[in-house]
Amino acid sequence: MTQPILQVSNLHKSYAGNEVLKGVEFEVRKGQVKAVLGPSGSGKSTMLRLMALLEPADGGSIRLRGETIGTTVRNGRTVHLPERALARQRQDIGMVFQRFNLFPHLDACRNVMLGLTSVQRISHREARERAMEMLGRVGLDHRAGHYPSELSGGQQQRVAIARALVLNPDVMLFDEPTSALDPELVGEVLEVMEKLAADGMTMIVVTHEVRFASRVADEVTLFDGGVIVEQAAPEEFFNNPRHERTRKFLSHVH
Amino acid sequence: MLFDPEIFIQQLLSPAYLWGAFISVAVAVLSLLLATGIGFFVALGRTSPKRSWQAPAGAYVWFFRAIPALLVLLIMWNALPQMFPVFRQDWYTPFVAAVVGLGLVEAAFMAEIIRSALQSVDEGQSLAGRALGMSPAQVMLKVTLPQAIRVALPPTGNEFIGLVKYSSLASVISLRELLTTAQVGVNITFRYAEYYAAAIIYYLIIVTALTLLQSAVEKKFTWTSRTTVKKTKAPAKAGL
Ligand SMILES: Nc1ncnc2c1ncn2[C@@H]1O[C@H](COP(=O)(O)OP(=O)(O)OP(=O)(O)O)[C@@H](O)[C@H]1O
Ligand SMILES: [Mg+2]
Repeated sequence: MTQPILQVSNLHKSYAGNEVLKGVEFEVRKGQVKAVLGPSGSGKSTMLRLMALLEPADGGSIRLRGETIGTTVRNGRTVHLPERALARQRQDIGMVFQRFNLFPHLDACRNVMLGLTSVQRISHREARERAMEMLGRVGLDHRAGHYPSELSGGQQQRVAIARALVLNPDVMLFDEPTSALDPELVGEVLEVMEKLAADGMTMIVVTHEVRFASRVADEVTLFDGGVIVEQAAPEEFFNNPRHERTRKFLSHVH
Repeated sequence: MLFDPEIFIQQLLSPAYLWGAFISVAVAVLSLLLATGIGFFVALGRTSPKRSWQAPAGAYVWFFRAIPALLVLLIMWNALPQMFPVFRQDWYTPFVAAVVGLGLVEAAFMAEIIRSALQSVDEGQSLAGRALGMSPAQVMLKVTLPQAIRVALPPTGNEFIGLVKYSSLASVISLRELLTTAQVGVNITFRYAEYYAAAIIYYLIIVTALTLLQSAVEKKFTWTSRTTVKKTKAPAKAGL
């Protein structure tokens, strides 16, 4: 088996005494797609935000390609890296949000270009070319000049995927990418994600889309009570879950 | 009725009035720029999680919101030169004192406008910028600030217009702005109505021009691809 691309171990996080992550163990290997299911408020978004280095963990470690990220050991103590150093490491992890979070003051093309020009310091012209190519991959090159307010929710989310993808991340994290969409717009986003998976992208997808999870994911995970409860191949997970909590959860969503 | 249109027209077109109007606008523009600069950093301090930043920023707003602008101008022009020799030199003119004095006071108000504008930007925006790997300064400059400016524009326009009128306070430190020009003329001729009417016309022209300028700038911040098409079409599309 190959080495995991992204691996978290014993991850802990509390908000004002409320312990949300209670020692999460999780890993994803190159080209793997992992779907994460779990009840609302169980800490799935928190786990993704920590993996994307958008918030510091209280304890535990995060490793990307075998190297610890987010923290460093100084004088025998583990300390959080300063924001500038974190910014550099974040480039390798793509993040797609539930509410798209496109930049409303930039058109679709410039949304995709911003990471290239400001973070990777690529020339404006080359950035535009690569952004257009990426918009083509999500089927939106004909909307390049449109601003977010002029795009449907599904189109906005596809631009957001292109924006993360253009930086060539090692792994893409999706936080309920279709939950904010009208039902008729869900399909176009899932289709883009499915294509991405087929192209070999490593993906962690928090979702409520059971059909997507069973069809596209290599492994499905139940997250509940601040820990990973069950982890199995889709057929196993949906047809023959080992844990009572998984059975209970599935009876609610089916 | 005693109103001599000839005197009115003559004053309206006189170089003295034109110069007075120019000084008023210049004081307003420069003090607004100064206030925006100081106000930005005070706003950053106010929103900072660090106590050592919050406290001085809070003190600044507290102090300059309490002190009348007139008093600040009097201090700037009368007290400072008495206390510090640098302010007795040639460069320290009533114009400079007025710009700095009004700018310091206005900064307290601009800080509050900028602070609420920065806070109005959705948290998800900086989150998305950071997720791309942008540094804190890049997130501020390229993501948060452009969106905050759009929110801050209308109230800043109001402050700008207010400053044009506040510049008349500088008559107490003998700056020859628009109102002082009128007052000086009145003191000689006692033609109150004609001189004041000319001042009214200038203020109306200035504020009208500023209002037009403001809506032109605001239009630049509508963020739609079809600037020629009226805005009514954009929201309809957003609901698609
Ligand atoms: N910044 C924060 N400050 C305080 N509490 C927080 C914060 N973020 C999350 N929480 C709390 O942590 C818990 C887990 O939240 P999280 O958003 O990670 O859950 P989730 O599994 O993503 O839920 P959902 O399915 O509703 O998105 C919740 O109780 C939430 O109130
Ligand atoms: Mg969530």
